[in-house]
Amino acid sequence: MVLAQQFGGRSVIKARVTVTLKNGVLDPQGKAIEGALGSLGFSGVGQVRQGKVFDLELDGADKAKAEADLKAMCEKLLANTVIENYTIALD
Amino acid sequence: MKSAVVQLPGLNRDRDMIAALTKISGKAPVTVWQTEAEIPDDVDLIVIPGGFSYGDYLRCGAIAARMPVMQAIKDKADKGVKVLGVCNGFQILVEAGMLPGALMRNSSLKFVCKEVKLEVVNAETDFTRAYEKGQVIRCPVAHHDGNYFVDPETLAGMEDRGEIVFRYAEGTNPNGSLGDIAGVMNRRGNVLGMMPHPENLIEAAHGGSDGRGIFASALDVIAATA
Repeated sequence: MVLAQQFGGRSVIKARVTVTLKNGVLDPQGKAIEGALGSLGFSGVGQVRQGKVFDLELDGADKAKAEADLKAMCEKLLANTVIENYTIALD
Repeated sequence: MKSAVVQLPGLNRDRDMIAALTKISGKAPVTVWQTEAEIPDDVDLIVIPGGFSYGDYLRCGAIAARMPVMQAIKDKADKGVKVLGVCNGFQILVEAGMLPGALMRNSSLKFVCKEVKLEVVNAETDFTRAYEKGQVIRCPVAHHDGNYFVDPETLAGMEDRGEIVFRYAEGTNPNGSLGDIAGVMNRRGNVLGMMPHPENLIEAAHGGSDGRGIFASALDVIAATA
């Protein structure tokens, strides 16, 4: 896995943050999508949960710092931890 | 009693709120822009009106809740100044962590703009003294994300402490909110958030004045407006 890529001499870490609703939180949008899939003939779709994906580019090559920064970003803004969980992946 | 109305890009109910506060208290509120880091010392009531701050990007109220003025509002609330958030203002207060819970997409997935009935669950608050406990009032709603959610333990504590202030009554819950919750306050009782728009039912031209009591209570002018 390449953690830091060189862009014109600049180190960049690419990250993907995925935000999903916690279990037990109703997801009316997911339910509507589930219904629409059924009406398109896709049978056997048990459950659909809608979430959000954020792709970020962070300056630097320090993976540990990037992860700590991303966690802070999730806690402070990207996720509402009352209703949402998040995962962070560096690539 | 001096009031302040907060203004942010995308909030569009500020004029209705300014009109309501002016008509009910006889004094125009001061306006506070989002980048201001201080609220005037003599303000006793801060109102965050409704609208679509920052286009509802990310989550309703999420960006607004991180603007500099919110720290100033938190500092004032910590000193006991009253804060009222209506509609997007309620969403901003939960995003800022000043009220528990979250406001999610309406269960119908539709924007609702209509009149509902509200039960005054707690009439012993700084915002509801003009009403009787259990009184049912009319109130307009206009929102897409008013579906209140909070975890069961937090909810139980809120109910015990009387922090559920308004519930949708008579089967008029427009958004699927947990326990028909329409408005909640903080533990100290000086911060109230509600999805319905009381500022749009304060005079005969609105077809009624059921919403007036919230402002009369918060502005401490109940006797004058009774």
